[in-house]
Amino acid sequence: MIAHLSKRVVIGGVIGIALLLWLLFWGAPAWLYRRTAPAPPAEGAAAVEGRRINATLFFVSPDGQSLVAVPREVPFGATPAEQARHIVTAQLGEAPASLVTPIPKGTTLRGVFLSASGEAFVDLSPEAAANHSGGSLSELFTIYSIVNAVTVSLPSVGAVQILIDGREVETLAGHVDLRHPLPKNTTWVKQP
Amino acid sequence: MRFASRFAAALLVLAAVTSAEQPAAYTIVSKEGRKPLPSRVQGGQEMFALADLAAAFGVTVREDVAAGGIIVTAPQNRTIVLTPGQALASVNGRVVSLPAAPVRDGRVWLVPVEFITRALGPALNTRLDLRKTSRLIVMGDVRIPEVEVSTEADASRARVSIDISPSVPRAVTQEGQRLTVRFEADALDLHLSQPENREIVAAVRAGDAAQTLVIDLGPRAGGFQLSTQPRERGAERLVIEIAAQGAQPQTPIQPAVPVEPPPLPDFSSGGIRTIVIDPGHGGDDRGARGAGGVEEKAVALGIGLKLKAALEARLGVRVLLTRDGDRAMRVDERAALANNNKADLFISLHANASVTPAPAGASVLTLAIEGYATEAQPSAAPAISLPVFGGGSRSIEIIPWDTAQLRWLSDSERLAALVHAELGTRVPMHPRGLDKAALRVLIGANMPAVLIETGFLSNPDQEKALAGDALQNQIAEAIVNAIVTYKGGSQ
Repeated sequence: MIAHLSKRVVIGGVIGIALLLWLLFWGAPAWLYRRTAPAPPAEGAAAVEGRRINATLFFVSPDGQSLVAVPREVPFGATPAEQARHIVTAQLGEAPASLVTPIPKGTTLRGVFLSASGEAFVDLSPEAAANHSGGSLSELFTIYSIVNAVTVSLPSVGAVQILIDGREVETLAGHVDLRHPLPKNTTWVKQP
Repeated sequence: MRFASRFAAALLVLAAVTSAEQPAAYTIVSKEGRKPLPSRVQGGQEMFALADLAAAFGVTVREDVAAGGIIVTAPQNRTIVLTPGQALASVNGRVVSLPAAPVRDGRVWLVPVEFITRALGPALNTRLDLRKTSRLIVMGDVRIPEVEVSTEADASRARVSIDISPSVPRAVTQEGQRLTVRFEADALDLHLSQPENREIVAAVRAGDAAQTLVIDLGPRAGGFQLSTQPRERGAERLVIEIAAQGAQPQTPIQPAVPVEPPPLPDFSSGGIRTIVIDPGHGGDDRGARGAGGVEEKAVALGIGLKLKAALEARLGVRVLLTRDGDRAMRVDERAALANNNKADLFISLHANASVTPAPAGASVLTLAIEGYATEAQPSAAPAISLPVFGGGSRSIEIIPWDTAQLRWLSDSERLAALVHAELGTRVPMHPRGLDKAALRVLIGANMPAVLIETGFLSNPDQEKALAGDALQNQIAEAIVNAIVTYKGGSQ
């Protein structure tokens, strides 16, 4: 009898343990996964949509002699790369009233990549070079508006390399060396 | 004098013994004097015998039978290696092309006359200038400008036009019926033509001294006046207008008329021998463009040509342009030309632009090493020793392209400050007249190097001025003066 009982207990225990194991490692995760897997993007998007952060953008002063730092709210990015993308997109946008954009007409952002060592690669459309008006000052303003917008707004980014149409280029308009990432340089920024 | 008369006698003898087909001998002109160097024509190509070159220039020639080459050794173990059948020479390990391969004529090896400038000059580390039409080989820092004189005359006046290439300072003096033009040179490469009407100018001829030109005045000669015009490629035209007697000269006759600024430091002996001027952009790359259509590439070239002429005329240095026409160049080709020619200064010329029309003025830029992220900043590399064909070895300092300018930064900044100061006395300057940036064209220049933005094409007034000769000449003159001061400070 005891032997009978214990045999049943053992069988019941084994089934119970198997059930518990299944629940723990298969059933529950699958159920949980189904519930939670689609959730992060939905929740993230909902959270990001409303959130904005303060970035610093750079535009040309009315007299054309310097860059001016302009605070601007840009959408929050869940990753540093996404954040950098929002900042550059804003920098490529219109200048505030009375200031002038240093970005050549028609320039769009193809992508932003970040390296592990804190370098950002900003990939611009060919118009950035093709429509550039030339002149070293104008070229410095174009380049350092972008470099400074990213490095000032995102302190984790130490330097920015500008790519054109997915490729590394020598220069944008013949003067400034774009073969390396360029660190922040506020030499041409008007001090308030 | 004795040397000269002996030389003249030697020339006469040479003229007598050479056959009709053989060209006249060349004359080597150096600080030490003059020596003849015979040439001959072989297969339509004018050649020198290597043995003659050995005697004339103190080099040794030996045939390396095992290697199948001819080795010309200059002092300090500099070598030229020639290979029969190949129109090439290796000069200290660098390959240069020749118009024809060396050929053997009996026991004599012959090389094309261009061997002098392309191979022998670099091997001797001396300037050798081959002037085929004048049959001259100018050696070292001897200044022998080409002086071409033509005269037009009518009843009321005569005009003597003297084309001087490269231009050198000179003075015109009058003694009785004779005008003497004394050039600051060692000798003159004179090409004269006589006037048809000899009433005002009777004759033009070489003076007694090697560096003088004499204009013998005719019976009707009155007062004279001088003017100069810059010409292409560093040349200049001096015009002497002589009025007929009775006709009033516009300016009184002066006993001595200096026509050039006072003599400058001797550039031939010091550290600056070669200057490379880099007119920015070119070809499809127009650079900046003004609203009126003036293009940066044209402004840069215009100033570059004027600067070259002014530097050659005033300093007598070798000046090379990275481009002398409207052609596209890769950015590294520009510094490469300067590095390969061992230039002592690199000057890149540009015109600026802004997104608004207000900015104006020139600025001078140097390389900003701070412009590069730390990882990109280069470090020094050691020298290595390489074996050389023909025996021996030579030590080569390997400098990574992106570190070349680093060692020159303080010299570059000193030159930039001087150019800035000189420009400031002549042309409007930008508020950031002295600036630094990560400039692509300067990084590979292995010598003091500056980039000059001469003004803003986006400013309508400046666009107009930059296209004109007046401002371009002012800019060129300012740069020349800055280089003179820079050189003075380097000694």
